[in-house]
Amino acid sequence: MAIPGGGEAAALRRALKRSRRREQVRAAALVLPLFLFLLATFIVPIGAMLSRAVFDTEVAAILPRITAELAHWDGRQLPPDAAYAALIEDVRAAREAGTLASAATRLNYDVAGFRSLLFSTGRRIGGDLTGSPRELLSSIDPKWNDRETWAVIRRATGPVTDFYLLAALDLRRDENGAITATPPEQAVFRNVLARTLLISGVVTLVCLLLGYPVAYFIARQPPGRAAALLFLVLLPFWTSLLVRTVAWVVLLQREGILNSLFLSLGLTDEPVRMIFNRFAVYVAMVHVLLPFVVLPLYAVMKGISPSYLRAAASLGAAPLTAFRRVYMPQTLPGVGAGCLMVFIQALGYYITPALVGGADDQMISYFIAFYASKTVNWGMAAALSIVLLAATLALYAVYDRIVGMNRMRLG
Amino acid sequence: MKRNLVCKLCVLAAVAALSSVAVARDLTVVSWGGAYQDAQREVYFKPFMATGAKMVEESWDGGVGTLRTKVKGGNNNWDVVQVESDELLIGCEEGLYEKLDWAKLGGKDKYLPDAVNDCGVGAIVYSFVLAYDGDKIKSDPPKNWADFFNLQKWPGKRALRKGPKTTLEIALLADGVAPKDVYATLATDAGVERAFKKLDQIKGSMVWWEKGSQPPQLLASGEVVMTDAYNGRIATANEKDNKNFKIVWTNNLYTIDSWVIMKGSPNKAEAEKYLVFVNDPQNQKNLPTKITYGVTAKAATAMIDPKVLPNLATAPQNFAAALYINDKFWLENLDKLNQRFNAWVAK
Repeated sequence: MAIPGGGEAAALRRALKRSRRREQVRAAALVLPLFLFLLATFIVPIGAMLSRAVFDTEVAAILPRITAELAHWDGRQLPPDAAYAALIEDVRAAREAGTLASAATRLNYDVAGFRSLLFSTGRRIGGDLTGSPRELLSSIDPKWNDRETWAVIRRATGPVTDFYLLAALDLRRDENGAITATPPEQAVFRNVLARTLLISGVVTLVCLLLGYPVAYFIARQPPGRAAALLFLVLLPFWTSLLVRTVAWVVLLQREGILNSLFLSLGLTDEPVRMIFNRFAVYVAMVHVLLPFVVLPLYAVMKGISPSYLRAAASLGAAPLTAFRRVYMPQTLPGVGAGCLMVFIQALGYYITPALVGGADDQMISYFIAFYASKTVNWGMAAALSIVLLAATLALYAVYDRIVGMNRMRLG
Repeated sequence: MKRNLVCKLCVLAAVAALSSVAVARDLTVVSWGGAYQDAQREVYFKPFMATGAKMVEESWDGGVGTLRTKVKGGNNNWDVVQVESDELLIGCEEGLYEKLDWAKLGGKDKYLPDAVNDCGVGAIVYSFVLAYDGDKIKSDPPKNWADFFNLQKWPGKRALRKGPKTTLEIALLADGVAPKDVYATLATDAGVERAFKKLDQIKGSMVWWEKGSQPPQLLASGEVVMTDAYNGRIATANEKDNKNFKIVWTNNLYTIDSWVIMKGSPNKAEAEKYLVFVNDPQNQKNLPTKITYGVTAKAATAMIDPKVLPNLATAPQNFAAALYINDKFWLENLDKLNQRFNAWVAK
């Protein structure tokens, strides 16, 4: 019997290590396609989109001279003559290149009227110039004698900006660069964020209250009937979200099915207003999201042996006590999973509130779509997306803290 | 050797022929597609080609970005395009269109004043009007925007297009501001305040629409008692779905779509001929019989079928107290007022 010497043991260890590493590489190679897929279709595009909220390079690229001049301007009095000359050069060049409109659009986000200021300036300096740049610009528009006008340009010359993110939180910078609240008649987004959280919370709660007894009922049926009932729960999944939402419009509208029923039964004299309000949003969203709470609850309840309840009863617990102290605690992982899924999905809801809600029932996604596709202000859309993403992650963290992710079970 | 040379010459000739085809493409006219372009084809395109001219048609969905890409990308294959008023304004500012020679088009006086622009000539006129269902409001109908805000006399929901554009104008008109003073008022903070204060009166009864197809549906389902709407949509609902919707033309808000010639078009001469043809009142007068849009040559309106004329924004009695939607104002102020409007709606 040969006992391996020190050299052989080291060789063995190396061989073992090598083969382990090979295994690890093989495992990594198996995951690699999925990882690359996610990177290419998910992480990179989302990252690129979100980065638009903070990177602000458009104006600097179109108006490079004034960007350089304003970089070392203290902002306390009007900029030096060189800045006026640089602006004239920049506007003329941008006008010839046809890029002035993009810069004007960005500057107009900050102060209404900047667009026409730039274009009227551009038209006037197209011809021959006489006099000093400062006099020339002041004669075109007295706004060029205003410190704030130059501060707006400097704020937009990037390369990074907090303009959009602040705006998404109803904040802005005043002419001295200090952060202040947006005036109340212009403030939207904190309100919208609170409303988004409220609607999602109510929908989650209603889903839980409706879904819990259903899951409990199905879990106690014999397998054949349980499968049939689960099929009914799953049925809505095979119908498009849009169709289900429009179906609610048909049901709830003023001369819709429900109102004609109420009127013919004499329950009301006037049609009840059930659509284009918060009520309709709750009804339609609960309908769409209910399966997401029923399924994890069912899966968890299925795994709870009835013998626990029998044991509790045999030890003298009343049915309600047995349910409250023995059964319900065991379903909590399912409750957590279901609620989290419903809540996070509800946060991003867009089509349903847009179709059945009123103007004051729109959630944050509506405004993201509004800026992305209607006004084509991608910076604002990205900033609101970041707010939504941050809210979702924060909730996730809170949930993890209180309940623990490891306690979540989908089945 | 000799054969080789012949081949080379053949290839060269073919290339030359192909490239000359590419340069001398036919005049390309671009419009909005759908029922509207069908009408244009009958009234303008086919008769124009019958004069011996050559043209092809295409359609688009708007967006000044599309035109920008065409002109800046150097690969523009469009010559004449029909654009909305804001695209006319932005594109002209950015130099995407040729400047028009108004002498060739018969002089500016031939047209409605708002249809005349450095870069474009108006093609159609259409309006935002007050509409209600004549089967539901039978006696004592609303007569103006002030009645739209009167919830005591006409209880029930109201619908307006979501967003500040047109909504704030309507609020001021309802509050007694004359059409000519609307934008001057709206340019002041006090004016904006006044408009929102007026809207507060009906805020609890509002339904907001976003697509032009919605107002007739909202009226038909009884969801709202009155709405603003595109006049053409109301006429279509009456005609195709046998509705009895009524239009109040008082202080309607009108806008104009225009024809433009794309910058650098190789077919500029043909494009001008086309514009002369479609702006002939004899040709324009036929469009409203196919689709309910007003036309822009003053002489054409007098020749339009009297059965059709009352449905048009350009009928003298409808046009008298109308307000031209000022795109210049909105281009400047839309960002600010969108924000303000969203904040107001959310409260």
